[in-house]
Amino acid sequence: MATLDTAPRPQAPAADPAPARSRRQRRGRAQGLIGWAFLAPFAVVFLLFLVTPLLYAFYLSLFTKGLATGERFAGLDNYTRAFTDPAFLSGVWFVIRFSLVVIPVQILVALAAALVLDSVTSRFARFSRLMIFVPYAIPAVIGAVMWGFLYSPNFGPLEQLFGDGAPFLLSPDNLFYGFTNVVTWQWAGYYMIIIYAALQGIDPAVYEAARIDGASSRQIALRLKVPMISSALILILVFSLIGTLQFFTEPQVLTPISNGAISTDITPNVYAFNLAFRFAQFNYASAISFALGIVVFIGVYLFLFLTRKRGGFLK
Amino acid sequence: MKNRLLTTAIGAGTVMASLSACGGGGGGGDTASADAGNCSVPIAETEAPVVSVWSWYPNAKTVVEDFNELHDDVQVCLTNAGQGADEYARFQTAVSAGTGAPDVIMLETDTVPVFALQEALVDLTQYGADEVQGNFGEGAWRDVSSGDAVYGIPVDGGPMAMMYRTDVFEQYGITPPTTWEEYRAAGEALKAAGGPLMGDFPANVPAPTVALMQQNGAEPWVYDSGDPTQLEIDLNSPEGKEVLDYWAGLVRDGLVGTQDQFTTDYIAGAIRGDYATYISAAWAPGYLTGAGAGEGEDAGNWAVAPLPQWDPANPVSVNWGGSVFSVTSQSEQPELAAQVAKELYADEASLTDGWTSQTIFPLNQSVLSSQEFIDNESEFFSGQTANRDVYIPAAEAYEGSTYSPFGTTFYAQFTEEIAAINAGEKTGSEALDDLQAEMETYATQQGFTLD
Repeated sequence: MATLDTAPRPQAPAADPAPARSRRQRRGRAQGLIGWAFLAPFAVVFLLFLVTPLLYAFYLSLFTKGLATGERFAGLDNYTRAFTDPAFLSGVWFVIRFSLVVIPVQILVALAAALVLDSVTSRFARFSRLMIFVPYAIPAVIGAVMWGFLYSPNFGPLEQLFGDGAPFLLSPDNLFYGFTNVVTWQWAGYYMIIIYAALQGIDPAVYEAARIDGASSRQIALRLKVPMISSALILILVFSLIGTLQFFTEPQVLTPISNGAISTDITPNVYAFNLAFRFAQFNYASAISFALGIVVFIGVYLFLFLTRKRGGFLK
Repeated sequence: MKNRLLTTAIGAGTVMASLSACGGGGGGGDTASADAGNCSVPIAETEAPVVSVWSWYPNAKTVVEDFNELHDDVQVCLTNAGQGADEYARFQTAVSAGTGAPDVIMLETDTVPVFALQEALVDLTQYGADEVQGNFGEGAWRDVSSGDAVYGIPVDGGPMAMMYRTDVFEQYGITPPTTWEEYRAAGEALKAAGGPLMGDFPANVPAPTVALMQQNGAEPWVYDSGDPTQLEIDLNSPEGKEVLDYWAGLVRDGLVGTQDQFTTDYIAGAIRGDYATYISAAWAPGYLTGAGAGEGEDAGNWAVAPLPQWDPANPVSVNWGGSVFSVTSQSEQPELAAQVAKELYADEASLTDGWTSQTIFPLNQSVLSSQEFIDNESEFFSGQTANRDVYIPAAEAYEGSTYSPFGTTFYAQFTEEIAAINAGEKTGSEALDDLQAEMETYATQQGFTLD
């Protein structure tokens, strides 16, 4: 997305005497090497821990290995199987439905909080900003464990409020809402900070002009601020779309206390993890991971394509 | 959600796992040549060859100390690679990678076939398994055998029984049920009197449910290690369906709970007296004690009775859990490893420590027939001689069973089916029919031939 702003390299004039040119070329080459040296720590980590595993996973996904049979080359069979596997498809359908609900909810919460905090300047606003952001600072695993206790039918607050009739938010029917709540709690603060930062970047003179024109505070918020931060909104939409399609941590952590409601294939990522590390189907798990990658790529590309007039990514 | 790059994480995990596995196997060998510095228990005899062992017994350190003390020809290097599923995930990764496994590994009995099938375990008959066969009952030995092959040396078992709350039983005037019919009747009486639930039918641990199906004569898995690809699956037999329909009925009528077990919620409920009975195994008192039950206000509330029967004229004993030591096929010193598997946790001091601390129910006859063990008055059961009255007869009557060759997948699917029963979506029979179809599909996919 961001391109490195490299200073234009001085071009050696052709009239330069030969020794000077070679010296300058040498210096240029040395500088190039230094550049590579600076790049090396990143490049090594990037190649070793991102590109290589990706390639290896793709390689794995081209084979099959049954418990009673040896490994054999399968070509794209695993992918055919993935896109006809009800477990995978229902997982994809789950995360799509989940995205459609949870993304608008968390962005609305974040936007509302950011707009309020932007127009109020007091110590209370700073405190609130921090408090709204705090859930993001809690590691997702710990957050999920904590919510597991809050949802507990035996000693959670719901039980204390409603007694035995307390709704269990991880039952098959309520799971969706239980997850929506945890994810919104976790991420709304983070998105709020991004929106808030974008709001702070707007020149206050614009508001003054609007006010002179007779705009109310609400009109300023909805007609001025929101359109002016639309690229930030699209950024967080992309973030949350990718994140939600890859939903993993919360279902994984809450599985043991869901009384079986969270199955091993609830989301594609959970499914891939279980296939690989519980069911020993590394090949198929790799294919599922790649298949999910394809779904995410198509989803994000579609989204960016549809919003290309507002966003800055595809311009 | 946290990890934005999770698409790649699985692949990365795979590679990293194999990388670390390679790292562990440095000098072309495996962890056999384990660096003594990495062992949880110091090596007593530094000159002797070292065998690496993965185990998570609560008293594993004591057991290994005893072993290293007693032996000068071989020493054990102990690693706790996680409990249950965590250890299996590591072992499975090592098996898939072809390197990184220990010489000897502790496995739960029902997991042995999963790894035996992948040729990850050594047949111990060639290393003198028969020398120790006499130490164990027939059922225990059948559990670790497949055809002529023996894939593990038993350590502890889980003869099943019915633990119950004496306070609840007294308050509502219930006598311990001896048949499943009486068990249901007691549940109905409890409900009518506004009492707690009779028991619990958890989705997350299907192993006891499989055992209860076997108690009624179901034989879900039939195969022979001679040709493990030839497999017979019979999950939806009439016997199995009877059992699952029975439990589905208890759930439907609100007589038992549907709380997952081995969770804080279940323990809290058990201590509070939410469940009048706990259908469990001989290790359960130790497990509950460790989790804080039987202490303080909860003390003196528990007793144990034999498992209710389907046909009281022909009582059947079943088993849930228990563990063995197996030798991995990655071991470069299988003979030494087999010696460790046979002799580790088999000496008197270790076994005594195990059963007195209630961490295991030993299967070794030296304990089962010792007067001290037989006459032991269990503190948890308020002085009841639980071993003599309930657990030893159950262990002796146990005839052994055949476990699923793809246990993790089977249990995961069964969990989903039980969850569907508990949600009121399926009857027991429907759940087993679906489970049967799923397992047949899976087995065919994995290259098995179904009979």
